[in-house]
Amino acid sequence: MSETTASRPAPRGMAMLRRIDPAVAASFGCILLLLLVGSLYSRSFLSPDYLLQQLKVASFLGVIATGMMLVILLGQIDLSVPWVVTTGAMMACAAAAHGTTGAVVAIPFGILCGAAIGLLNGIGVAYLRIPSMIITLATNAVAQGLMVAYTGGFSPQDSASKAMRYLATGNAVPGLPNAVLVWAIIGAVAVWLLSRTTFGRAIYAIGNRERAAYLSGIDTRRVTMLAFALSGALSAFGGVLLAGYASKAAQSMGDAYLLPSIAAVVLGGTHILGGRGSYLGTIAGVILITLLQSILSVMQISEAGRQLIYGAVIILMLLIYGRQKA
Amino acid sequence: MTEWRYWLAEQRGTLLAIGIFVAMFLIYATNHPAGFSANMVQTASNKATLLAFVAMAQAIVVITAGIDLSVGMILTLTNCLASWIVVGTATETALGVLGVLGTGLVCGMINGAIVIFGRLQPIVTTIATGAMYYGIALMLRPNPGGSVNETLADALTGRLFGVLPTSLVALAAAALLIWVPYSRSVIGRAAFATGSSEVAAYMSGAPIRAAKFAAYTLAGLLSAVGGLFLTFFSYTGEAAYASGNAYTLFSIAAVVLGGVSLMGGRGSAIGAIFGALAFRTIGDLLFVFDFDPLWQPLFQGLVLMLAVSIGAFGLLRVRNRLEWFG
Repeated sequence: MSETTASRPAPRGMAMLRRIDPAVAASFGCILLLLLVGSLYSRSFLSPDYLLQQLKVASFLGVIATGMMLVILLGQIDLSVPWVVTTGAMMACAAAAHGTTGAVVAIPFGILCGAAIGLLNGIGVAYLRIPSMIITLATNAVAQGLMVAYTGGFSPQDSASKAMRYLATGNAVPGLPNAVLVWAIIGAVAVWLLSRTTFGRAIYAIGNRERAAYLSGIDTRRVTMLAFALSGALSAFGGVLLAGYASKAAQSMGDAYLLPSIAAVVLGGTHILGGRGSYLGTIAGVILITLLQSILSVMQISEAGRQLIYGAVIILMLLIYGRQKA
Repeated sequence: MTEWRYWLAEQRGTLLAIGIFVAMFLIYATNHPAGFSANMVQTASNKATLLAFVAMAQAIVVITAGIDLSVGMILTLTNCLASWIVVGTATETALGVLGVLGTGLVCGMINGAIVIFGRLQPIVTTIATGAMYYGIALMLRPNPGGSVNETLADALTGRLFGVLPTSLVALAAAALLIWVPYSRSVIGRAAFATGSSEVAAYMSGAPIRAAKFAAYTLAGLLSAVGGLFLTFFSYTGEAAYASGNAYTLFSIAAVVLGGVSLMGGRGSAIGAIFGALAFRTIGDLLFVFDFDPLWQPLFQGLVLMLAVSIGAFGLLRVRNRLEWFG
């Protein structure tokens, strides 16, 4: 890229083209295809209102997928998403029930709970060297146990605070839902973090080869731990937003976010073994998954059919362009 | 090293699992309000057998350094299917049982084919196929219901000669007829070799693909046996997402407790069986000591977390820090 000089615009255009990740391009292509298919079913599919609504729904997944992406870039995985999302939502609502102070600290408290679980994951993966898949399943079970013990197995009665509802459903800028704004800010920070900071570059380095990163003087264990803590915090934040959207928390509200968040990241071209991937791809993946879910519900396919098609489409797309290099 | 000491070192995990189980069961039996009786053993073994089958399935896949997160969903799917077809006359029932087992086999084959020929990561693949299997289960049983041949069900959940629980006999038979021949065959040895080091196994000309394919297929079959037994115990079919997920999670816990290395290449399905029995007994201990059932998920989560953290003690033996990154 640097060898193409600025005096010759045409080759630079070619270089730009070459820089585009085929997976990211394919995801955007699939998005266009889905929009086309959707517009055949219903006229309103291409209306700005509907698209904005989709973007709003996508932003919840987007926040959660951002955390998942950090972890996948390390070559790890975070399977504790379902109950971290629920924990974030429930704890924020629980805090909101405690008067004015509670309402003020509700959002930070929810996020903090998620970060604590994430930190536990991180310590397990980075310092105890437990496979991430296993330790995150275990913390997921513990988080579930805590929440079941806390709520008695029922949906809690506490409702979301005003701030949570405003963040998830309000419009600070006319025409632009706050949730989308939140995702945009988190996305911008993620891009900055991944491309402009030592922390971000260290994540890529560890994902490529942790041994080499360690020998280059990176404190790989601290970076890994922090990435997991961030992932936990972002999952919990997603839960807080969801609770604000539905104005209360519910049991197993996070179950629907594990597969989509992994799928969004992987479909967006991030290598499942770590070290490669761009945030642009994750954005594409999140929108793609949201549109897919939306089209399946517009077509009025039952929950059973949706699960079936959904799993099949993800495998199919991965088979087409998400394969490991042999 | 003499031969028996080598054998002891190889079977250490399995023997430890048996030890844990015996200790837990003694505590359980001596504190059980109804005392130690054939009836109590029958109830306990019926509950534990289900998990033991799924744990065997998981162990066989984990030994090849893979993981199958769809075992719980295959169990759910086969449970729903069995509640439709394992009914009627003896011939119909027999055909139904074959159909259920065949379905499990096919589910496992799909997993294996995608992992091997599609070169996708086992985690992502089996989460996605799990969603598909759950979708099919939901189609078969939108609402809980159905029935099963009760003569067969009672025969397989009752007692042989008035003392021996039939489910335990079935479990032992499955271990003897499936695990023992498999682990001694060329394919089985190749599975262990693949788990230890896929590169080395490839260089030695071991049939890696056949081994992995056999592992996933057997896992599907054993999960189907578990689903069949679930139907025999409950007399109904139910597409319950939470319980399917719980079986997947507990199968991993059982495998870890059973001394199967999550890195692959070490352990046995026998160990996993005892791991499952121990895990179930630990869960039941709470009832014996009169704890609130609400605390059970938390307790099981903590046991799982402790179990996976045990492996971290190996880190103390590491002399060269680079081995952290194995």
